[in-house]
Amino acid sequence: MTPMLQRVLEYSQLYNFLNWFFRRHAPEPGVIVLTQRRVYVLPTRQGIIFAIALLLMLTGSINYNLSLGYVLTFLLAGMGVVSILHTFRNLAHLAISAGRVDAVFAGDTARFHILLENNGSLERYSLVLFCRSNNAEQATMIDVPAGLIVEAEVPLRAERRGWLQLERITIETRYPLGLTRAWSYVQSDMRTLAWPKPDDAPLPPPKARPDAGDAINTGAGSDDFFGLRTYTPSDSPRHVAWKASARGEEPLTKVFTGRAASEMWFDYEDANLAVLDREARLSRLARWVLLATRDGIRYGLKLPGVEVPLGEGKSQREQCLRELALFEFDGERA
Amino acid sequence: MYADVIPFRHMVWLLAGLALSAAPHAVRLTWWIPVGAALIFAWRLYLSWRQKPLPRRWLVIGIAIAGMVGVWFSFRTIFGRDPGVSLLVVLLAMKLLELRSKRDVSVLVFLAYFLALTNFFYSQTITTAALMFATVLLVTASLVGMNAPARPVKANLRTAGSLLLQASPVMLLLFFLFPRVQGPLWGLPQDAFTGVTGLSDSMSPGTLSSLSQSDAIAFRVRFDDQPPRRNQLYWRGPVFWTFDGRTWRAGPQRSRENYRFEAIGTPVSYEITLEPHNRFWLFGLDLPARPPRNARVTADYQLLSNVPVRSRARYDLQSYTSYRAIDGAEPGELREALVLPGTINNPRARALAQGWRNELKTDEAVLAEAIKFFRGGSYLYTLEPALLQRDFVDEFLFDTKQGFCEHFASSFAFLMRAAGIPARVVTGYQGGEINPVDGYMEVRQADAHAWTEIWLGERGWVRMDPTAIAAPMRVDGGIAAAVPQDNALPLLMREQFDWIRSMRHNWDAVTNQWNQWVLGYNPDRQRDMLNRLGVRQTDWQALAQYLFWSVAGVLSLTALWLLWRFQGGDPVQKAWRRFCAKLAKKGFARDPAEGPLDYATRIAPSLPDKAAAIRDIAGLYAMLRYGRNAPPEQVAQLRQRVAAFTP
Repeated sequence: MTPMLQRVLEYSQLYNFLNWFFRRHAPEPGVIVLTQRRVYVLPTRQGIIFAIALLLMLTGSINYNLSLGYVLTFLLAGMGVVSILHTFRNLAHLAISAGRVDAVFAGDTARFHILLENNGSLERYSLVLFCRSNNAEQATMIDVPAGLIVEAEVPLRAERRGWLQLERITIETRYPLGLTRAWSYVQSDMRTLAWPKPDDAPLPPPKARPDAGDAINTGAGSDDFFGLRTYTPSDSPRHVAWKASARGEEPLTKVFTGRAASEMWFDYEDANLAVLDREARLSRLARWVLLATRDGIRYGLKLPGVEVPLGEGKSQREQCLRELALFEFDGERA
Repeated sequence: MYADVIPFRHMVWLLAGLALSAAPHAVRLTWWIPVGAALIFAWRLYLSWRQKPLPRRWLVIGIAIAGMVGVWFSFRTIFGRDPGVSLLVVLLAMKLLELRSKRDVSVLVFLAYFLALTNFFYSQTITTAALMFATVLLVTASLVGMNAPARPVKANLRTAGSLLLQASPVMLLLFFLFPRVQGPLWGLPQDAFTGVTGLSDSMSPGTLSSLSQSDAIAFRVRFDDQPPRRNQLYWRGPVFWTFDGRTWRAGPQRSRENYRFEAIGTPVSYEITLEPHNRFWLFGLDLPARPPRNARVTADYQLLSNVPVRSRARYDLQSYTSYRAIDGAEPGELREALVLPGTINNPRARALAQGWRNELKTDEAVLAEAIKFFRGGSYLYTLEPALLQRDFVDEFLFDTKQGFCEHFASSFAFLMRAAGIPARVVTGYQGGEINPVDGYMEVRQADAHAWTEIWLGERGWVRMDPTAIAAPMRVDGGIAAAVPQDNALPLLMREQFDWIRSMRHNWDAVTNQWNQWVLGYNPDRQRDMLNRLGVRQTDWQALAQYLFWSVAGVLSLTALWLLWRFQGGDPVQKAWRRFCAKLAKKGFARDPAEGPLDYATRIAPSLPDKAAAIRDIAGLYAMLRYGRNAPPEQVAQLRQRVAAFTP
């Protein structure tokens, strides 16, 4: 193909369609600019009704020789055509990039934040974002003022644990008259983790083994108040001595010693779990992890082939849930 | 997550727009329709204000059926102009009670467009057009509001206005180039053209004086050269032959293939733009040389159109103001011009005329006596004549002695017939006033006039205007000069209101241009205009081609303008994009995820002689884009460098 022909084709919708049809299913990273050839425009149902109404008005004007009828009909026709350009312009050249998204439990709804950047000098009105499995109420409508970046939220329900890839987003607008609809598809590479849904069986977590816990007092612990020291960013907010800090100039952290003998190992092969299938076991383990974190217990996680060493707090919880989410996950793990 | 309820402030504007579209009809429809519609509008506004639920479905359906039955009972039909418009208004009001979501708004707005169109059945003046634009602007703003709910109404109005402005070039092209067809495509409803004023097909006392109250323009004339003198401006309309003692009627109309008259002198050429009056006759200066297209001439020199004049008609004519009218003088016709109603009525007038006949030898002598009688009779020309009873000729001639032109004309014709001279009554217009603004002569309904023609053998049918004989000022100075000062005249015709007149002249000139170019733009005019622009082919295929290409051109320009304006924005980004495009053309496209500096580092080695420039530009861009601030002179520098850069 000559470069010239290639360039002509690149600006045609046909090229766009073929690209999409044959290979453009892959998610795109980074900033996606809705270039002219990514934006499709077609009349809406209202637009078709409008066109029929105009035809009726034209016929009436001819039949009754209404000169002003011609004026009105042609004015409205012109307006309808010009509104196509406005609709197109309302969407084209918008830059779309991935924003924040938090992990969720399977069965919950993940909220993908999409950043819409308007580099132009015109405000964009009433952009509607939704993905394929959204229903009408879940669509988001948003205005993007000139020169600003606005965050839109696309909710997506996590049906099962593992990576939750954001579906293809449709971003559309009917502004200004609702006669035409301009839309574009964005397949972002955004994804989030769906943790196994914690089960709600009325079972306590397994008892701590009697031999667990620190045998000797070696310093840092979490049970007995020992004194104060200067705060460092890694300290738990629960241990900040708020009252003492308020008096002084720098924040202080309470230092504790000793630790209750509460260390636990959550094991996939646990005898208690023998009757459960894989997903149910993961759900049960997820629940234990949550309970343990809530109660401030040190714990570790053993899965076939994976072991998370003893730890506590939020980071331990995240790591364990992540392993649970990706355990024997059929998709890629990375 | 977008609420589908229409906020109150949007509702107010929507209802205002819809009301404006229906308002012009309010005075024309049966009283209960506007009253009912107004109630429903108020009800809907109240419901929206208090956020109450809409009425139950069965109630709405009930009201709708009641409305339709009501229309049927008012008109005894649901077809035709007035019932159709009534139904549209009823429909609009019903839809209001069903206005739940924003989607319903578009249906209402389309209905409002329709209503705005139906308004043109009744009136197509400049004021109507202005009202139409206001309506369209308002309801379109509501449509915009539906698609941009968060915006203030003012912004929606602005958007609607700019949409309409951008649509107007397309509108103009379509208006002037769309292949025009002379309607109608099918039959028109019976009531499509009621309520237009003008001369009627009979004349009894009061027919013309009622017209004299009207300022309305009957037709406009553009003379190719100097217009004739005022006392020659007899615009010929319907001619009446039969008289029943009170009312003159047309009698049988014989049209002639080759009608005869002898022209004297040179003809006057002019163009008439006739307002629609829903009758067949066209007006022309006495006497038209030949009929215009699609028209014919009768034996009594009436111009008759082949179809009723239902839209403004324009035609060219030539007339001879000096002539000998010798047609319409078959023995049967002359006999008809002598018939008097029964023997019982108007004995005094008969006696008078028979006395002249017995004493005098020639028709000319009788005529001279009659003229003397009218001139010396101290008759009063007035718009408010005394009421006349049964023998109205007698009472007018001998008792009240005051009348309008129809009194003079019928009495004179009666006297002539009684004296054995064939006579007929001609109605039409007399006079006309040049509008100093555009040079068109305007002939108004108030210029309606009646005169007589009598048969004098050798001389043919001779025009005798008894009004001119009794009140010469009527013909020389116009109606205002002739009637007493305290008579009610149209404002325009009164002499003391000069400033109103000059204002009116300006307005009339504008109206005339409006009529010529907007309302009177028909297939003929379209062909004329295209020919004048040097276009030979004016068949519809050619027109469709011109239309297509010109609209496409205008739309591309609009698109360029719209998209160019929105491309604006960050000049730094624009320059960078241009730079990348230049390199991409040479095969060094930037990877979408590639930063400016990485990009420069990657391609610089491939273009060794440009490496420095590439690094410069990339560095400058990175600094301006990601740096704290972008000094304008550096932005300008970036733009210059990119402009100068050729890979």
